[in-house]
Amino acid sequence: MEANLFTSMLFATVVAGTPLVIVALGLLVSEKSGVLNLGAEGMMAMGAVAAFAVTHETGSPWLGVLAGMGAGMVMAFLFGILVLSLMANQVASGLALSIFGVGLSAFVGKPFESVALAAVPPIRLPFLADIPVIGPALYNQQALVYFSWALMWAVVWFLYRSRAGLVLRAVGEAPGSAHSIGYPVIRIRYLATLFGGAMAGIGGAFLSVFYTPLWVEGMVAGRGWIALALVVFATWRPLRVIVGAYLFGGVMIAQLFVQGSGMEIDMPSQVLSSLPYWATIVVLVIISRNAATIRLNAPVSLGQPYRADT
Amino acid sequence: MTNPTPQAPSAPPDGPPRLVLRGIRKVYPSVVANDGIDLTVRPGEIHAVLGENGAGKSTLMKIIYGVTRQTEGEIEWEGKAVEVDSPAHARSLGIGMVFQHFSLFETLNVTQNVALALPGKPDLKALAKQIEEVSQRYGLPVDPRRMVHALSVGERQRVEIIRCLLQSPRLLIMDEPTSVLTPQAVRKLFETLRQLAAEGCSILYISHKLDEIQELCHTATVLRGGKVTGSCIPSQETPASMARLMIGKDLPVCEHGASTSGGETRLRLAGLSHASDDPFGTDLRDIHLDVHAGEIVGIAGVSGNGQQELLYAISGEAPLAEKFPVQICGIEAGRMTPDQRRTAGMGFVPEERLGRGAVPRMSLAENALLTAHTGAGLLKSGLIDFAAMEKFSAECIAAYNVKCGGPGAEAKSLSGGNLQKYIMGREIMQSPKVLVVAQPTWGVDVGAAAFIRQALIELRDRGTAILVISEELDELFEISDRIAVIANGRLSPSKPAAETNVEEIGVWMSGMWPGAEAAQEVSHAA
Amino acid sequence: MLLKLEARPEPSQLMAYLSPLLAVALTLIGGLLVFSALGTDPLEGFKVFFLNPVKDTYGVSELLLKATPLMLCAVGLAVGFRANVWNIGAEGQYVMGAVAASGMALYFIDSESAMLLPAMVLAGAVGGALWAAIPALLRTRFNANEILTSLMLVYIAQLAVSWLAHGPWKDPDGFNFPQSKMFADSALLPMLIEGTRLNFAFVIALGLLAAGYVFMQRSFLGFQMRVAGQADAAARYAGFSATRTIWIGMLAGGATAGIAGMAEVSGPMGQLTEHVSNNYGFAAIIVAFIGRLNPVGIFFGSLLMALLYLGGEQAQQYLNLPSSISKVFQGMLLFFLLGADVFIHYRLRLKGGK
Repeated sequence: MEANLFTSMLFATVVAGTPLVIVALGLLVSEKSGVLNLGAEGMMAMGAVAAFAVTHETGSPWLGVLAGMGAGMVMAFLFGILVLSLMANQVASGLALSIFGVGLSAFVGKPFESVALAAVPPIRLPFLADIPVIGPALYNQQALVYFSWALMWAVVWFLYRSRAGLVLRAVGEAPGSAHSIGYPVIRIRYLATLFGGAMAGIGGAFLSVFYTPLWVEGMVAGRGWIALALVVFATWRPLRVIVGAYLFGGVMIAQLFVQGSGMEIDMPSQVLSSLPYWATIVVLVIISRNAATIRLNAPVSLGQPYRADT
Repeated sequence: MTNPTPQAPSAPPDGPPRLVLRGIRKVYPSVVANDGIDLTVRPGEIHAVLGENGAGKSTLMKIIYGVTRQTEGEIEWEGKAVEVDSPAHARSLGIGMVFQHFSLFETLNVTQNVALALPGKPDLKALAKQIEEVSQRYGLPVDPRRMVHALSVGERQRVEIIRCLLQSPRLLIMDEPTSVLTPQAVRKLFETLRQLAAEGCSILYISHKLDEIQELCHTATVLRGGKVTGSCIPSQETPASMARLMIGKDLPVCEHGASTSGGETRLRLAGLSHASDDPFGTDLRDIHLDVHAGEIVGIAGVSGNGQQELLYAISGEAPLAEKFPVQICGIEAGRMTPDQRRTAGMGFVPEERLGRGAVPRMSLAENALLTAHTGAGLLKSGLIDFAAMEKFSAECIAAYNVKCGGPGAEAKSLSGGNLQKYIMGREIMQSPKVLVVAQPTWGVDVGAAAFIRQALIELRDRGTAILVISEELDELFEISDRIAVIANGRLSPSKPAAETNVEEIGVWMSGMWPGAEAAQEVSHAA
Repeated sequence: MLLKLEARPEPSQLMAYLSPLLAVALTLIGGLLVFSALGTDPLEGFKVFFLNPVKDTYGVSELLLKATPLMLCAVGLAVGFRANVWNIGAEGQYVMGAVAASGMALYFIDSESAMLLPAMVLAGAVGGALWAAIPALLRTRFNANEILTSLMLVYIAQLAVSWLAHGPWKDPDGFNFPQSKMFADSALLPMLIEGTRLNFAFVIALGLLAAGYVFMQRSFLGFQMRVAGQADAAARYAGFSATRTIWIGMLAGGATAGIAGMAEVSGPMGQLTEHVSNNYGFAAIIVAFIGRLNPVGIFFGSLLMALLYLGGEQAQQYLNLPSSISKVFQGMLLFFLLGADVFIHYRLRLKGGK
């Protein structure tokens, strides 16, 4: 019984953490290039609704994921036009993207509010899933969970082992220098921004097609913002993103388990539901307290517009 | 900053030209940066491009290196017309450039920095080895494994040079390379450049320092206002004749009487130590200095040796934990805010004019409010007295000969020299008892620089205590009564300017003054 | 590339004023496209959305009523935004202001004192300000990014009001609806025009707009905040306190948002419900930007935004479209504004060839 409870909590934690892993890794890559996209919430919302609609119409969750990714990229492209081509303020533009995305998803998602999707069966990895206790929790999961792990290694490899990653980091640190030795700063930032959008879209798709699977207005419920906070929490390091994401997944799940366990805890459900948000605040405070840590790790040009004089 | 016995460069080499520019013109929306520029460089030639700030030197070099494109004109490289459309293209042609503000990435190590500028995907281990080889061959010691943020300014420059040399360039562009070096390091750099030239590499050497050009360069092209005003062989000219080509008139000289020494102590630094807030910054260690009424004390040093930290500690931008280490007119001010220190009688002129000394997108009148709000009585019960503000600003513009569109002009629209005159005027008009000035004439044209130096001397003669922190040794010798040196966060004893010379101060700039701790590391010097 | 942006030698004053109008025009065009894409006659849609809501006096009074909370939130936010203090949690501060004012009204439910309303306004302001004080404290003491903390507090505030409405403050005679008792008359804001719902909060909003104008444009403190927003190094050099800037920026937004929340429960709602907010806190961010962070601009910006709200309701009623269409328009408006703003500092040039 004890082991069973642990297994199911671990399972649920990983599921809850997965969209955060995917979205935060995407944001991390775009932030490494110097682009701060506060529109994650909006991109996720659009990804979620697009994925849901396509899955509902075609019956294929994979087409749905593709659609979600595409929707996220379209949103990121809009953001890119504003901040990269038109040099608009990144903070304001990110807010605009969030407001727009959440509004638009509510609008286009209206017809899908009352429909449900068939649950997508998990993929059981042979042998690994037979490991006692953790096997069923970790290796009998949705495909996107495995994807998120692969994504993390891919991002690590890309940023720290590949030349393209080196160039991306260089652009994020000193765009002027990168330009003066001949790198196309804006193009590189566009690509990084689109990657961030694609991942946010997939994260949204995971929520609406695999996790719930339902579409409800406002269902992203701040996860885009939490993912942004996670990147700070991880001090822009991919491995820490996954740790942080599962930590949050754990917080989100713990309250559900407490509420569902019938434990006699005299606490309103709203207090428990607010825990992930409090946790975000606490985590931000802890990590930001040391200003030097942030300064040493944050991409130097983060949030600053760049224009080459030609 | 010259070698006492300049070895005159041999005659310019002959041979088919390596680079020819014809009628280069570059138009920006508000200014014509280059206008009909012709220039020819031959193999093995060290060719100076001489001109004031804003003469169009940097723009011209960026065009050659493919960072920007010319509006008109043609470039001929080794006999063929070329369109240099990117720095990568320039490098593939055999052109390398060392930027004045380095194009390095602080959080990457030396090898990674070099790799970024090389084509293809170099093997980092092999590259580190190559870096060591080149650095040995040309006497440019640098450790390929170190992170760039841990390097001194001089080392960074070496990384930039090595990065170019690894591609065996046939033309090397050096943009104001000596502004960050001690006199001794300048000499070493010149040796490297001569060696390169002897091997057949052409060098375009951009500078506004006449003595350096005379010492190093075979030929010179002089620019003024975006146009070529002359070509010459520097060894056959005098500094005065080149200056006339450069600024169109004789070099202005400051009138500098002896100081009326013996005034009271106005600024005292009594064992000032402060850890930098910046993880890449320099910690200040036990700094002692007195500045008296009626004297100018100059602080020399290679940039990045604690100048900024010292300024912020004096101005109050980085308040201290203790009161006593900074004393203004006898008041222990270590914990005061900049505002309080201003009330105590101190004025500051920061190095960064736009963005610190003035708000770029605010008018000059509003910028007066920045520091003169109380000192010049520009407020009325918490509200801004707009009339007084305009009046103060207009007076400052008139008194300090600021060329601008009036008090309503945006700070951003002024040239460096005019903005500096305005900021200087704003501080002086509040009659400070102590004035602290950083890099008073950095990036300022010769006329404005002379005006500013003269204003400082006149202020001294009226009894103000003045502390000048500058990286330009010539300037410090021109205006200071006493000179001290900052190196690696420590301050040397001061010496009367008349009793020392560039050589000695140059040695001190690498941290080696009498009585300095024997084993003191001098990571930020040289 | 045929079109090319080119820096203007001087920023264009004209474009600074034209850009919001351009954004509005583009949003209208976008709206027409959306309507036709949905198979609605675009002109009909335009009429229902933008003209119907203001075709009579009552409509205009409703417009002003809706504009009131937007004005309030936006003017406070603008104080912060000018100083680069990014309080985007006005939605949560609005909710907490409503909660604080409701607490006062419910506690003195039998009171007939004339002091109750002023006390509620104060409670609203304090409630909002306290909620905004959390990110301010975390930013000044621990350097925590106020964008993320203030936003997280929105979700928490919404959960808090939901708990109150479902739990301790639920009206026992309310058929189990998640809402409080109706407030007493002495806790309701007086109407300005008979037969409409426009109340005294509109006057408060105008007063605060005027106060905001004096503070931002005329006072030295406001100047200091502008300097901090435009060049923080210059603010440090001048000795303007960064901590004070953050506190003022956050508290101003919190207090006005709190008053807006109070005005809603004490005005059109007359009670506290779970859905006390109508996204006003977020819409006010758009209002602040579209109004150029200037109180006069904010006045017009909030009228426009209120029109989008009413238009959304009309569209739902007459065109059978989800009312969230107004959020789409809101987002579009901000997008277009930010895009159009580039022309303040740049102009478009035709480039031949390369």
